[in-house]
Amino acid sequence: MTMERNVTQIALFTALIAALGLIPQLTLAFGVPITAQSLGVMLCGTVLGARRGALAVLLFVGLVAIGLPLLSGGRGGLGQFVVPTSGFLIGFPVAAFVTGYAMERLGKFAVVWAAGIAAILGGVVVLYVFGIAGLAIALDRPVGQAALLVTAFIPGDIIKAVLAALITAALYRARPNSVPSRR
Amino acid sequence: MISLTSPVKTRAHGWSAGGKLAALCLASVVLFAAPYLWFQVIAALSVLILYALPGGIFLRYGLRRIWPLWPFVVLVLIWHVATGVTEAGVVIALRMLSAVALANLVTMTTKLDAMMAVVHRLLGPFSRFGLNIRAIELAAAMVIRFTPILSQKGAALALAWRARSRRRASWRVIVPFMVLALDDADHVAEALRARGGFELDKDL
Repeated sequence: MTMERNVTQIALFTALIAALGLIPQLTLAFGVPITAQSLGVMLCGTVLGARRGALAVLLFVGLVAIGLPLLSGGRGGLGQFVVPTSGFLIGFPVAAFVTGYAMERLGKFAVVWAAGIAAILGGVVVLYVFGIAGLAIALDRPVGQAALLVTAFIPGDIIKAVLAALITAALYRARPNSVPSRR
Repeated sequence: MISLTSPVKTRAHGWSAGGKLAALCLASVVLFAAPYLWFQVIAALSVLILYALPGGIFLRYGLRRIWPLWPFVVLVLIWHVATGVTEAGVVIALRMLSAVALANLVTMTTKLDAMMAVVHRLLGPFSRFGLNIRAIELAAAMVIRFTPILSQKGAALALAWRARSRRRASWRVIVPFMVLALDDADHVAEALRARGGFELDKDL
């Protein structure tokens, strides 16, 4: 793959994460308030793989830092790195990397299962480790109490992991050559 | 794209972005190193004065940006009052508000290109280890250009869905959305390559 294609895919997926956070029509509602943004992070890993997926999300986090309002709800700027929920934002690139790494390792499985397992590992388990650690530090509470605060959001994120799996599988059927994590 | 930079021009807009970022780092370290109530009260009041100096519009704009923190402030206070360490709770809440407000202040008074210039300078030394800074900057510019385009395309897809279905667009609409994004990436990559791409940069 050419360098140009690498860079444009990374940039377009960064824009995709941002767009998923911006478009209200695509916001998924299952009773739990969730945005599609972390779905974008999972998809970066399941579609682009570990390295490029993490780079796309890193670019996203970097652009938020320099002041672009790319986070859902038009949030952004340096303040987002000191709010109590900043652990999730800081964990985004790692979550994408782990998702992509698991996706690449699970080559024997059907795409839908591999993507589902990878998205839960990276986009839920790893992301919540960062998020809960951030909350515990910011609020000066034990990890257990910080974890209680976010349990309400875990079902929503598991649904998003399932959606990431279904979307990745559908994308793989539509464009087998366009899913770099599977080549 | 909407920017988070303040609509009101302040004197701080003219200051060097690097200086403001360094000052922010220093202020944040001091905030987190000082667990004293009197210190945090003075710090929070000073931050409030900084916001008030450019006038009412700036102050309201700034306060609106830290308003989403209120559930955490309430939570911290309830927890710490319930466990009998009220003073520690007030310190944590004030420190959280000051730290976020100061960081927002830098974002509000620094233009995007000034921030980009700082990033460029910080990344400079890494180019020796093979980091292609031009590629990163091009990628950043592409994100800024493509986010609104992708949002429009996503909205168009959602509308097309609603034209054919009585129900709202579901997650399935994300599949064609991503196909669009991947196709766009290929087209742009070809266009870049046709214009010399990154290969030319190696000689420069």
